Amino acid sequence: MSLLRFFRRRRADSDLAQEIDLYLAEETKENVARGLSPEEARRQARLKLGNAESVHDRLWRQNTLAALDHVLHDLKYTVRTLSRSPGFASIAILVMALGIGANLALFTVVRSVLLNPLPYRDPSRLYAIFETEKGAEGNRAFMPVAGGSFGQWKESAQSVAEMALVSPWRQYNVSADGGKLPEQIDAAWCSANFLSTLGTAPAIGRSFTDADDRPDAEATAILSDAFWRRRYNGDPAILGGKIWLNAQIYTVIGILPSTFSYSSSMSGNTIQVWTAAGHEAPDNVLHTFDDHEFLVIARLLPGATISGLLSQLNTVQKQIKADHPGGAVHDLVSGRSMLDDAVQDYKTPLYTLLAATGCVLLIACLNVASLLIARTAARSKELAIRVALGGGRLRLLSERLTESFVLSACGGVLGLLLARIALDWLVRARPDMNRVEAIHFDGMVAIFAVGAIFACAVFSGVMSALTADGKQILVSLQESSRSHSASRSHAGLRRGLLALEVGLTVVLLVGAGLLLKSYQRLRTTDLGVPVDNVLTIHLTLPDARYKEPVQQVAFFERLIERVRALPGVKAAGLVSTAPGQGWGGDQLMTVAEHPPLSPGEGLDLMVRGAEPGYFSAMQIPLLRGRFFKPEERLQRAHVAILNRSAAQLCFPGEDPIGKHVKSHIMEEVYEVVGVVGDTRWHIAQPVHPTLYWPIYGNDYTVATIVIRSSQNVEAFALPVQKVIGEMDPDLPVSNVMTLRQTIGKSTIGEQFDSLLVMAFGIIALVLAAAGLYGVLAYLVAQRTGEIGIRIALGAQREQVLRLVLIDGLRPALFGLAFGLGASALIVRLIRSMLYETEPFDPMVFLSVSVILLLVAGFACLAPAWRASRLNPMQALRTE
Amino acid sequence: MRKKNEPNAEMLKGTLDMMVLRTLVSGDAHGHTIAKVIEHSSEDVLEVEQGSLYPALHRLEDRGWVSSYWGASENNRKAKFYRLTAAGRKQLAHEKDRWRLMARAIAMVMGEELPANGGKL
Repeated sequence: MSLLRFFRRRRADSDLAQEIDLYLAEETKENVARGLSPEEARRQARLKLGNAESVHDRLWRQNTLAALDHVLHDLKYTVRTLSRSPGFASIAILVMALGIGANLALFTVVRSVLLNPLPYRDPSRLYAIFETEKGAEGNRAFMPVAGGSFGQWKESAQSVAEMALVSPWRQYNVSADGGKLPEQIDAAWCSANFLSTLGTAPAIGRSFTDADDRPDAEATAILSDAFWRRRYNGDPAILGGKIWLNAQIYTVIGILPSTFSYSSSMSGNTIQVWTAAGHEAPDNVLHTFDDHEFLVIARLLPGATISGLLSQLNTVQKQIKADHPGGAVHDLVSGRSMLDDAVQDYKTPLYTLLAATGCVLLIACLNVASLLIARTAARSKELAIRVALGGGRLRLLSERLTESFVLSACGGVLGLLLARIALDWLVRARPDMNRVEAIHFDGMVAIFAVGAIFACAVFSGVMSALTADGKQILVSLQESSRSHSASRSHAGLRRGLLALEVGLTVVLLVGAGLLLKSYQRLRTTDLGVPVDNVLTIHLTLPDARYKEPVQQVAFFERLIERVRALPGVKAAGLVSTAPGQGWGGDQLMTVAEHPPLSPGEGLDLMVRGAEPGYFSAMQIPLLRGRFFKPEERLQRAHVAILNRSAAQLCFPGEDPIGKHVKSHIMEEVYEVVGVVGDTRWHIAQPVHPTLYWPIYGNDYTVATIVIRSSQNVEAFALPVQKVIGEMDPDLPVSNVMTLRQTIGKSTIGEQFDSLLVMAFGIIALVLAAAGLYGVLAYLVAQRTGEIGIRIALGAQREQVLRLVLIDGLRPALFGLAFGLGASALIVRLIRSMLYETEPFDPMVFLSVSVILLLVAGFACLAPAWRASRLNPMQALRTE
Repeated sequence: MRKKNEPNAEMLKGTLDMMVLRTLVSGDAHGHTIAKVIEHSSEDVLEVEQGSLYPALHRLEDRGWVSSYWGASENNRKAKFYRLTAAGRKQLAHEKDRWRLMARAIAMVMGEELPANGGKL
């Protein structure tokens, strides 16, 4: 109420003027009626009223809140003084905006991705359950689950949790229809209760039922909202309609809500089509214990705990291991919340980035504080006079705080815009990141923004207010410009701030240096083959159309022949999975010539299907023996080529050529005919022992065409797709990319982290340099007279230069020492983000030190040089 | 008109608000009328200072005890009229009680007995 009154003071005042006018008129009239002359009547009326101004004054004061009035007054004053020095104001606002904006953006990401609950009903009860082994670490502590194990788990845990399974690594060819091109899409098999376990359901249509989830059921599919809108223009008529997946007919029974998303540590939110696992998965996959094709989610029933569930499942799994002692059967069960599972890999990087932006914000505050202090110092006479004239010290402090508040509020608003832009960019730059679609501003972010603004305002305001020490006021009035210790204490505090600033900068630069070095290592890792000018194109033959192995092999043979015939193709080959493009499957093997291992034991070899021309096309060196021959196909495809690691693993100290390996799953024996060089399956992962067997035969329906040319290999993407289209118009291709792009894609996270931290480091470096320059320039200006006298008395210019330079560099040196110490403590926290790079990399620490000293030197050189070039006469005359 | 001959009637603190509210019981009025009514009712003993009246009116309005509207005065000029609100009526009763208590107490201290219905309020 009184606040309202406060802002309506002006209106109340004009009301009052009217009331007084009326009063005068009425009174005059009465007086006239009493027989006075009009003039006298008016005079008497005025006399009776008394001083109208004092009435106004009284009402005005009654309506005024003193504190608020002061704030408004301070605000007005601040805006006026700031607009008088727009340069200072805009620099300070920009610095604040950078700091607050970066923090806001990262805070939003951390909150949306890492902290916000998943978009399901009661998500805190949802857990992801995995198989694991005793003593497993890292990724192996959370491994996919075998269909057979899941069946037993589900049954035994019925009273504790609802469990569902999903296999999110599936792909379907969508046939060309309605004038649309064929395409390959990411898909998932799931159990009928998967969606209900998550607590969600299709937006239109229905979910899977147990009747759909059986081998003999009619084929059904649920589409993602995005896929439905993109491919079927969001037409609800598709519901109940037929679509062709892998050349088979599926009935669309539901469309998921647009808000639905599912991602895990092993899959992103890319799934477009969901089908029923019980209908899709081969019977043996659903019931074995050694083929791990599924992820499992569990919703705890009320009263149940995750540790209770896990101990129950562990008992079951141990029994399974006892009954089936195969090497690929795991003996333990592990679990973590679905949220942790989805974002585990992003925690360290995102918190690291948040810490980096925190450093930048702190540096920004220190810089603004430093600028404010410089202003205070420049205005010390004015302030002293005001105090002398009776200006309250509290008023002066509140003025200072108002100033820093205005600066950080403007910076905060600008920062909000910057954060908005940064987030848009981030969502585009990191489509690979889980839950990136969940990033948005919310109330918490707004609170954070306001908090950041206030924290910055108070921090920088108090910092600068501390320097306006009351005791100095007299001094600064007395202080003639000859007293050369002028305001040294201001500079002292600023130097302290600078040292802190430099220290933080060093920490940021060291972090950035390590990440960048790690990223460089990663990018220059040898994949095992020359990566330039190689194009890969992936395709999958649908079982329904290419039933017989003869048909599949014939298609592949014709295809590669036609690709090789394209003008400009230097070499081409077929492989099931190209180097750097993923795991591609492994099997347990034994050597036929060696004594049998204990039951279930085996040598874990990654398996690739390769065509005879693949090795020379990819330029994988032949170390021993020979490549495959064209006639080694179909029934005669029982030959194998090992890579060097596999040869060492299977045949240590022996000649593998002519020996035999036996596959556990296929129960077939393969003769080793050659040994080739190692290639990596993922750029950041160590080489895994690999066995190649002919892709012609051995049940391959997937193939990656690799094409090598002397230049501009991307140009072959279209001609090859045209060739495929001519051979089968319903056959889509996927993963059309060069090997270079493959590497770029698998290192996008590292690139992102290292470049961002580097950007923050550079911002910090620039701010620190500006701070160093500012303080030293100020000091030199203060000491103009003193330096003039020194020079007049015969000081050498070099001496003056050295004196000033050392003075300016001292905070940088302190800061460097502090920063290196702090880095040594902190870098260990980012060890998990570093690839083949030690946290205490001496080169990084050394080069950061050198760069920092160079930049600091340059920043200090200009004022020092100016000081040494002072004309003594002029310097003395300026007093 | 100033009444220099009367004992200078400095109003007791807080009584102006009460009297203004009391005045408005008999009907809406603007500032001039209110002052006049108080002066007449007190047989010109009390003189309403304009410097206090208008801030008091605004204060009462602010507290919700009176409301105001613009209307035409008896002489057809634009005037701000004040009206007693329900809350104001309650407040008036409350203040009246308090005033009676005070007046009785002071009278007792001064050794005088007030007539049962002291004052015109």
